[in-house]
Amino acid sequence: MNSLILRVATRYLAGILLIFSVYMLLRGHNEPGGGFIGGLVGATGFVLYALACGTSMAREALRIQPQTLAMIGLGIALVAGLFSIVFSDALFTGQWLFIGATDDDKGYPLSTILVFDIGVYLVVLGSILTIVFAMEEEI
Amino acid sequence: MGQATTDGPATNGIWGWLPVLIPLAIFGWSFSFLGPISNGEVLRFSSDWVPSLGISLSFLVDGLSLTFTLLISGIGALVLLYSNTYLAGHPQYGRFSLYLVSFMLAMLGLVLSDNLISLFVFWELTTITSYLLIGFDNESAKSRRSALQALLLTGAGALALLAGLILLGVTAGTFEISVILAKGDEIRAHALYLPILILILAGAFTKSAQVPFHFWLPNAMAAPTPVSAFLHSATMVKAGVYLMARMHPAFSGTEVWMWTLTIFGATTAVFASFLALRQNDLKQALAYTTLMALGTLTMFLGSDTGYAITAFITFLIVHSLYKAALFLIVGCIDHETGTRRADILGGLGRAMPITAAAAALSAMSMAGFPPFLGFIGKELKYAGAIAVTSEPFFVAGAALLANSLMLAVAGVVAFKPFWRTTGEPLPKTPHEAPWPMLAGPVILAALGAVLGIAPGLIQNTLITPTVDAMLGAPPTEAKELKLWAGVNIPLFLSIATFVLGLALYAVHPTLRNILARLDDMTPSFDRGWDRILDGLKALAGWQTRLIQSGVLRRYMFIIFATFVAVIGATLYLRTDLPTSFEIEPLAAKQWAVIILMIAGTLVTVATRSRITAIASLGVVGITVALVFIMYGAPDVAITQLLVETLIVVLVAVAMLRLPFLDRRGESDHRPLDALLAIGVGTVTTITMLLVLEQPLDLRLTEYFEATSWPEAFGRNIVNVILVDFRALDTFGEIAVVVIAALSAYALLRTTAKEAGK
Repeated sequence: MNSLILRVATRYLAGILLIFSVYMLLRGHNEPGGGFIGGLVGATGFVLYALACGTSMAREALRIQPQTLAMIGLGIALVAGLFSIVFSDALFTGQWLFIGATDDDKGYPLSTILVFDIGVYLVVLGSILTIVFAMEEEI
Repeated sequence: MGQATTDGPATNGIWGWLPVLIPLAIFGWSFSFLGPISNGEVLRFSSDWVPSLGISLSFLVDGLSLTFTLLISGIGALVLLYSNTYLAGHPQYGRFSLYLVSFMLAMLGLVLSDNLISLFVFWELTTITSYLLIGFDNESAKSRRSALQALLLTGAGALALLAGLILLGVTAGTFEISVILAKGDEIRAHALYLPILILILAGAFTKSAQVPFHFWLPNAMAAPTPVSAFLHSATMVKAGVYLMARMHPAFSGTEVWMWTLTIFGATTAVFASFLALRQNDLKQALAYTTLMALGTLTMFLGSDTGYAITAFITFLIVHSLYKAALFLIVGCIDHETGTRRADILGGLGRAMPITAAAAALSAMSMAGFPPFLGFIGKELKYAGAIAVTSEPFFVAGAALLANSLMLAVAGVVAFKPFWRTTGEPLPKTPHEAPWPMLAGPVILAALGAVLGIAPGLIQNTLITPTVDAMLGAPPTEAKELKLWAGVNIPLFLSIATFVLGLALYAVHPTLRNILARLDDMTPSFDRGWDRILDGLKALAGWQTRLIQSGVLRRYMFIIFATFVAVIGATLYLRTDLPTSFEIEPLAAKQWAVIILMIAGTLVTVATRSRITAIASLGVVGITVALVFIMYGAPDVAITQLLVETLIVVLVAVAMLRLPFLDRRGESDHRPLDALLAIGVGTVTTITMLLVLEQPLDLRLTEYFEATSWPEAFGRNIVNVILVDFRALDTFGEIAVVVIAALSAYALLRTTAKEAGK
């Protein structure tokens, strides 16, 4: 698609979508969002970019192959799930760490749940882009 | 056979020797059971496997299983020792010994199992490992065909067996064999006795190659000779015989059991003996004599007299000893001369004296000359045959004919190649085989002689415990093994056998030609099998072409039509259609969404422009997202919205580049599609209404609401379920997503490559 307006707008829009996708990912545990939705938003950003500027540009912007990204995501999710073995819990049991917790305040929570969700995010992003890029290029 | 290679390194190193130690250790260990077993004890070992299904890994050591264990491990050790030289320097020797040892362990598991299900698992393991062994020479099409034939035939039998074993287990209320065997009367009187019997015998007859399932066994001779010696003497083919013997206490004593086993066994024995004499290839001749032995064993299992069962177990031991020895000897001949053809081999006695001696001993045992164990076995066979109360003449006649032919074949295989002078040149100058290849034949042949002279060695340790295990004790019904049992009918029958056998041997070249002509005239089971397979392939091709047309629209039609038919029929037959349903009064914004949804649908259906159809389909998707928002599911709504957007992009990318199809000359499919669409919509709506009539079970919802924050530290319940409560499910789902993406990628790349891009 050769439209100047779309190309210029996309340059900003794609970036905003990507930032928004990370925001959706991080807030997902308490507000609407999460890895699935975040991954979808991120994918929309790249798909938009690919439509406006061509797949080769979008591939360059992604820097690594989308299928590799999906595999990495799957690996991260698996590691997050296996992590509970160290604490002899059942597989995929969330492990939590509350930084600076006091009696009144839980502090800053970190968990393997977030790591798992990041894995989901990367899988969704990578898988969709794998298909979209391939279709754009091959058909 | 091309496996025997003398090129390259002459040994297989430590991996050639190490596998020999495994069966040797088991053989030695089994000896420790001889004491308790000869005292009449029965040992059981058990540990749970799948306790919820009543499946356990339990093992039973009694006379029958111990006899098999000793034969399997003993012959296994000798065969592995032999193979290490026979296949010296073979590039895939490691694979070979792995298969062979795996097979042996599976076989041991089979004969020691005390649970129907674990017995079946080991049974199938022997099927698979023997497939690998028969097809070991995988570059030869003949090997591959034979291996596949054995696999399919015994595998099909095994399916019947599985059904039979499950029926038996359900009927008896337990899967433990030792418990089932004690309930023999109950099982024989049960209404399901006949189906169980037929199914189990189907498994046993295919495995033990009874006519008409016999043809895979001679073909399986495509395997390297040590494999034939192992699989087709003491082990694999005897698995079926073992099963029948194991089930003997539960099944025997009925008319149908007796007649089925007697007729199948006798037919196999006589039929195979004639065909054995027809063969020119020594190994093929031995293969058919194995069939004869299996037939004889089956025939004796039909009876439940002490004589018949004593004859059964004695002949089982005799046959394993001489048949393994003879197979190994034929391997030696093949290895040292380069041929196995009976009509050109001759004069090997001078060049291979030890082989010749071992062959002579084995053959005499096979032919049933005194003082070998084979003689005792044959005398017992006749005694057992006469003791078969219903049809002594039939059984004795079959045994007499089979034994005489056996004597003639023994002469052809083990006497003629060594002692006749011949002018035919051999491919290689014969010389004596190396000692590891002689150890097996010599030890096995010597055992046949030693046990013949001193049958007391196995009388109390193996024979009596086995007979007791099968017929019950005390008092024992086992008969004594005696070289000289006095002047009686069996002795006369023996003499008749010698006369008839020697006469047959004298005329065997003529007889071979006549038999060959007869055999060629009769329809061949082997070719019949090929025809069945061809028919099966044609059927598969036909139904594939019918169902998988390659037209996407037709696939979709079939899928949705099946949905309508299956769900619709179930709704019609199983439920009362919803009679009344309430609809809440709708607000204006809800009406707006519904109208938008319907409008989008109508435009999608009516338009002839692809881009309009895609866009209006997107409208429908977005209105669905709006519905989610109205009913308070923001997560689902967002996901729906995003997925809808991406789908529109994807479909647009794909659809807009498709060529417009030329529809001239093709009937309009739209009316039919419309009908189907209405059907799917109706069925779905009715299903939804029925679901809504059920009271909503809120237990899970309440649980998640209550625990999401205190236990999982998250307020967004949907997300907490996804990444915490049901993280394992989510992991499975994202794995599927990745696989789907990679498959789509691979498909797209392949079509692109085929298009020449």
